[in-house]
Parts: sequence; structure tokens; C-alpha cells
Amino acid sequence: MKFGVITFPGSCDDRDAQLAAARVGEVVPLWHADHDLQGAEAVIVPGGFSYGDYLRAGAIARFAPIMTEVVEFARAGGPVMGICNGFQVLCEARLLPGALLTNTSLRFVCRQVTLALVNPNTTFTRAAKARLSIPVKHTTGRFYAPPAELDRLEAADQVVLRYAPGHNPNGAARDIAGIVNEAGNVFGLMPHPEHAVDPLTGSEDGLGIFASIAGGCR
Amino acid sequence: MVASSALHEAARALGLSDFETSRIVELLGREPNEVELAMLSLLWSEHCAYKHSKLLLRTLPTEGGRLLIGPGENAGAIDVGDGWAVAFKVESHNHPSAVEPFQGAATGVGGILRDIFAIGARPIASLDSLRFGEPTSERSRYLLDRCVAGIGHYGNSIGVPTIGGEVYFEAPYEQNCLVNAMSIGLARAERLIRSAAAGPGNLLVLLGASTGRDGIGGASVLASAELGESDEAKRPSVQVGDPFAEKKLMECSLELLERDLLVALQDLGAAGLTSSVPEMAAKGGVGIDIDLDAVPLREADMEPFEIMVSESQERMAAIVEPAKLDAVLAVCAHWETSASIIGAVTETRHIRVFRGAELLGDLPLDVLVDGCPLYELEPERPIEPIYPTPARVLDSTDPNEILLALLASPNIADRTPLFEQYDCIVQSRTIRRSGTADAAVLALPNGRAFAVAIDCNGRRAAADPYRGTVEAVLECAANLACVGARPLGVTNNLNFGNPEKPHIAWQLTESVRGLGDACRALAIPVTGGNVSLYNEGAEGPIYPTPVVSLVGELLAEPALAGRLAFASEGDAIALVGPFEPSLGASELAKLRGEPLPDRLPACDIASVLEAHATVIAAVSAGLRAHDIAEGGLAVALAECCLAAGLGATVELEAVAEAALFGEAPGGFIVSGPREQLPGRIIGTVGGARLRIGPIDLPLDRLREAHAALAALFD
Repeated sequence: MKFGVITFPGSCDDRDAQLAAARVGEVVPLWHADHDLQGAEAVIVPGGFSYGDYLRAGAIARFAPIMTEVVEFARAGGPVMGICNGFQVLCEARLLPGALLTNTSLRFVCRQVTLALVNPNTTFTRAAKARLSIPVKHTTGRFYAPPAELDRLEAADQVVLRYAPGHNPNGAARDIAGIVNEAGNVFGLMPHPEHAVDPLTGSEDGLGIFASIAGGCR
Repeated sequence: MVASSALHEAARALGLSDFETSRIVELLGREPNEVELAMLSLLWSEHCAYKHSKLLLRTLPTEGGRLLIGPGENAGAIDVGDGWAVAFKVESHNHPSAVEPFQGAATGVGGILRDIFAIGARPIASLDSLRFGEPTSERSRYLLDRCVAGIGHYGNSIGVPTIGGEVYFEAPYEQNCLVNAMSIGLARAERLIRSAAAGPGNLLVLLGASTGRDGIGGASVLASAELGESDEAKRPSVQVGDPFAEKKLMECSLELLERDLLVALQDLGAAGLTSSVPEMAAKGGVGIDIDLDAVPLREADMEPFEIMVSESQERMAAIVEPAKLDAVLAVCAHWETSASIIGAVTETRHIRVFRGAELLGDLPLDVLVDGCPLYELEPERPIEPIYPTPARVLDSTDPNEILLALLASPNIADRTPLFEQYDCIVQSRTIRRSGTADAAVLALPNGRAFAVAIDCNGRRAAADPYRGTVEAVLECAANLACVGARPLGVTNNLNFGNPEKPHIAWQLTESVRGLGDACRALAIPVTGGNVSLYNEGAEGPIYPTPVVSLVGELLAEPALAGRLAFASEGDAIALVGPFEPSLGASELAKLRGEPLPDRLPACDIASVLEAHATVIAAVSAGLRAHDIAEGGLAVALAECCLAAGLGATVELEAVAEAALFGEAPGGFIVSGPREQLPGRIIGTVGGARLRIGPIDLPLDRLREAHAALAALFD
């Protein structure tokens, strides 16, 4: 399994995503200004502050040259995972529904949270545990969609991860931490599974997500 | 040659004394022009020249052990094994933060990060040491809120984890808060680079942001004078930070160094081009010509002196061989980082400033860099107390009430509401996060780990600058011991009032003597440091605050890094060390509004260090350890309980207030299986209450009290 990990100027967790993916597969770094996915079989849009995020989080990154290829890859059914800033970018690129708003606290929050796996049958979660301890760290992580859209997402099993009761760090609607698109091949989540791949640094519950992606293409 | 009265007047406005102005004229043999005077006023400022502290700092041990780079470079560095080096440095941004806390704190972080990558090390972690007035003051709450937000903004956005730090609230910091930012870097030892310019004919290349009017005169106006009434008028002297620009500059700089494309690299910090360029030239024994026409400007009409002294952030100066210029420019283009050739290395040992063909200034380095007079301090022990007695906020003598009041005291309460605003995990090295252990622990690429702690109790240093400073070093070493680490190097940030006043000179002298003695006892070199003087306002000086930071190596494997939480129900609790607590200058004495004592009790450093060795061995064998600090034994036990969600029952022979709440160096709580414990067994882990002699409280009440800081961030 060959993971392509994008680096935008301002990406912070690109190296972390590479290290995590390397535990279950091969990694190829992708540069924002290129028009080439270099044969990646899955694409990770990592966390950070792409282009500084001085406008709206992810609003500039969706116009990056590499995103043309990512959109095409996703439309063709290729697995794409956006973590944190990557989730914001995928929403801005309309590959995922909804939007990420500023946390209700209006502050950055870095916290280990407990997640409930709502849909274990996706490309991204088949090998994941039912309850996961994974950190979040963001200012703009409050998932929002109109109530009718939320109903539709829930009915279609597109809600993949929820914050466990009492663990919602940002005021996300219906405790939603991660969703997939209708086709199930594009996944966005605010928690950082790449920061939960080694008990030494906190937890290894995120590894199951990377293993799921790798397993899907064996 | 005598300086004219017009020159004296202009020089005074820039912070130079008449004596210094006369000396400049004498050394130059002429009067400096406007550009030259601006440069001299900055390089001869306290901030750049350390003119009141350099003679004292020379008494510190700066060699030996695992030192790779000592004082004088952008950052110090130590060898952590297998060819890996850890670089670290702490620097103050006190006055900018007091004037504009968000940008002041943010650019403090940005500045210290540049110091780290300037020597070729990738920044892998930051810490900070903060001081504010009591949170009952609206101004203090504002400064706290905005400083924390600024630190988070810069560190989180650039992808360097903020792994720890400390904060104290005391009335003497009300007008003059302290923001000391520390950064740590990782490099292969052989890849570390120094800042000395070399090779006449080589090019001076300015990397990064364009130059604007922000931060003009920051080093002299803000950092080298007392704060006064008109501080709002100084806001234009505070720089504005752009972490995105610095992120690109950092990646660009590290790639340039990795590919061996630079002769030297230096960050532009306080005093901008005026300090960085002469420092590079002086270290290399060469000269440098600068052409201001080649400096990219934000505003076209900037005066030459403004360009020279601008403190615009996110800029670096590099020395490049002409043959490598194209390769340098290609790397800069990749990282979307501006690169401009603004000068060249010469053999002159002069800094010459041109605008096109016009020569605007010409200063010999022996005047500019080496000419500043160094002052002997005139210390005098004060006869009367300098500091007002703290406000009395606690009347109770009930030990339960006292423990709850201490846990809720802003100096002791849970720091989670601050720490949560910082990304502490990016870069995937953080083994112990803030608040889970007494020191932060980071993984190294060689499969080992290192630890870092930063600390200083200013109130104790105010009571006794010598012993208070010794205690600050021992406290950091104790923190390292609790994660199983042995110290390898120390850095410091000396925050004091106006050194021209005899009682402040005495504090500074005593403190540096304590720092030297403690470091010699630990056999660790001082790898560098920063001095911030003139920290006083109309209401008097800050507490003397010699912030100390120790970096050490874990002796056991990284997975055994210590935690402060009790591990398991049924574990025994031992008291380890030559702990002889007393209430003078303690947190309890403060809550009761007692005046500072005139001295602190002496402590036997050798026996404290023996206790550290015992604790390191215990932690390396898998036991838990927590050092006894503010609030004494009872607070330390409560912290172990709260971190674990487990209660404890402790029996003490003495249950006087001093035994329960007194403070002193050298005390540790070590817990684990009874048969493995060193020291004296005093209790057992278990249940949902903390019982210590007369104290008996449910964990819920302890937790509620300990959460006091959360209300400050609502």
C-alpha cells in the first residue's frame, strides 16, 4: 500500500502522518505545487495551518495545484483521508459535506479524547477499535451542517466517529468527530490518528485507521 | 574630541548615558552621524551588550561535561549520545509582552525558535516561564489570557510542540509581567553551525520577510529601560509575528544547512540588522558592507536608520559563497522565501552602510561591538524590606481548609487550562505531556530520551537571592530526577530590576553566585543564557527571577520515564530525601499575608543530590516519583492522588503546619510496591479520600479546588 502524504507550506503534521503510514505501508511525500500523485494508492491530507490559514481554515489549500489531482483521484474512488486541517481542506474542496467552525470555547484545545466508532464498515475503520483514545488539537474543529443534512448523514451511515459522552472538545454538532462522503472513499476527522500510533507517546488506537486503509488495498 | 551638547541630547533620547556618548566620540575620534548613533545606541544597550551583567556572568562554569556549544552563540548545545546534539536557549520578551501581550509573547516564541535553527538544529519543543500579578487584577488576567494565546498561536501554527512551562502570580509582577520563552532543537552534532562570518568576497544574503517599521528601537526603548506611564505610546516598538512566514523560513534554512550551502547563519532579533551583522563580522574577524537599497522594504520611504534597526520578524542573515548563490536561491524559491543579496564580507573589520554608492555610516567593530563599557555593579544589601507584604487571603487554621486553599492558589492550581491551549504532541516525540510528570520527556532518534524542566520561585529568590537561586537549580534537577533523568546542561534567564540601584545589584550578584555554586555542585556547564534587567515600574521592582532550565538524559529506557500519578491501589508511599520543611516564604505564608523572611534556611546540596540519585534509581526501576515543592508534602500528595484518581492514607509523626505545608529542597514522594521503596514509608495508596494526619478530604473536593484556574479562561 502506497500512501501519498501532501505537504502544503504551513503543514505541521505531515511528517507525523508519514511516520504513522510507514508503520503499515510505503510512503511517498507529495508537494502542494506538483500535479502528480506519484502512484499513491491512498492520499492523506495532513494537519497544520496550510498557507498560514489566515483566511478561513483550508480555504486557500483547496486551490493548491495538487488538489486538482486529489479531487480527480477521489472522484475515481481512491481513498482520501483528511486529518484536522486536512478535514477542513476536504470540506472546502466539497469532497465532504458540512464545515468546520471555530470551537465554542473560541480557543485552541489540545486534549486526549475518547471516540466511539459509529461505522466500523468503512475503508478507514474496518481494523479500528470500537472505542479509541486519540488526541485532538485545533481551534476550528466544530463540525457543522444544517439539521436536515445531519439527519441525512446519520441515516446514510456517513457519521464514522463521535466524541464519547463528555468528550466533545469543540461543540461539534451531534458530537461528530469524523465523517465519510456518500461513496465512502473520502474520510475527514478532527482527531489525529497519526498521533496515536505508539503507546510510548500516548496511545496506539489510531494505528487501526491506517491499518484499515492499508488492508483495503492488499 | 568632546561630544557636542546636541549629540548628548540625541544620544540620551536613544538611551545612551553622557559617559557612553563621550566614550564613543573618543574612540571614533569624531561624532557619529544619525545612522551610526542609532546603531551604537542599540549595540551598546543593556539588551545587546550585557554591560551590567557580563562581568558577573564570567564567574559561571561554562565548560566541561557534554558541552558542544557554550555561551556566545545563538544557542548552547550538548551531546546526548550517538552523535546527536540537543540545542537549547531561553530568552525574555518581558517588556514587549507588558505593552502588547499577544504579539509580545508570540514574537518571543518566534525569536527563540530562530536562535535554534540558526545553529542548524530543528526546533523540536518549546517551554515558557510566565509571571503575572495576582489574577484578582483585571490587567493580570488580560495579560495572562493574551500571552497564553500568543504563545499558542505561534507555536501551534509553526508545528513546534509547547511541552511545558511554569507560571506564577505575584503582586510585584503586576506592571511588569515576565514572558521567558525557551526552545529546544535537535541536530547531528557534526552539522551544528556557528554564526561567524568568513571569507572576504562572500555574500551577505537576507532571508525571509521584508523590512518594515515594526519594532523600531525595541532593544533600547523596551528592553533596557523601566516601564512607565506612557507604555501605550511604545506599542509601535512591539513587533508583529507571522508564524507561517517563519515556518517557511525555518524549513528553508534547515534545507540550506543540510545541503551545505551556507558559510554562516544568524537570526535577526533585537536591533535587527544592526546587531546581527556586526556580531557575525566580529566573531569572524572580518568586516561587512551593507547596501540598504537592496533590502526589500514594506514602506518605500523608510529612513536608513529605520532599516538598520527595524525588528521586523522572520528574517535571517546568511553568508554565502558566490559559487553557491544559485543553489541557495533555488532552495529559497522552493520554500517561497525571499532572498536578497544585501552586502558582502570584507577584510576591513568595519561595518559600512551604503545606500547605493553613498556611504551612510562606517563603524569599526572594536567600537561597535567591543567598545561598550562593562560596568562593575555596586551591590548593597537592602536594610529594609523592598517588597510589600502580600495581601492576606487565608485566615483558617484548619488543615483541611488550608490544603484546599493551597490547591486553589493560582501558583499551585492545575495548569491544564493553559497547557491545553498548546499543541504538545506535534512531531511525535512527546513521551510525557505537560502535567503528567515533573519534567517533560522527549524521544531521541537513537532510541533514548531526554528531559527538560524550567523553574524559579521568585518569592524565595526575593527572600534570599543566593539560596533562592540555588533552590531553583535544585528544583529543576529534582524535576528531572522524577522522570529518571540526570542533568547535562543548564541555561538561564536572569530577570531583575534596575541594576544601577544598589539593592538590585545585590540581588543580581547574589543570584549569580548561587547559580554558579549550584551548577558546580551538579557538575554541569551553563550553555548560555539571557539577562533581562530594568524590570520595574512605578511601584517597584519585580521579584528577582532567575529562571533556570535544565536538560538531562534518561538513564533507563524511554518507556520507564517517570510519572507523578500514583500507579495502583495498595502501593506504598515513601518520603525520600533530607527534607526539612519550614513555612518562611512558603505559599501558605503568602496566603496568610506574612512578610518575606530575611533569609532562607541553608540546605546541604550534597545530601539533596544524593536524594536525586536515589529517586533516579527508583524511577528507573519502574517506581513513581513526585517532588515536594510549593505547598509542601500535603499538596504534593494531593497532586499524586488527583493525577491518578486514587486516594491515599498517610501517617506522620509530626503533623504541625510546617510538616504538612512547609517547603524546602530535597523532598520526594516515591510510590510503588512496598518492598522496592527507598526512604521512609509513610502511607498507602487507595480509596477515594486523602487522609494525612488531621487532613481527611474526598478527592472530589481536592479536584474542585485544584481546578481554580479554569475560571480565568471562561
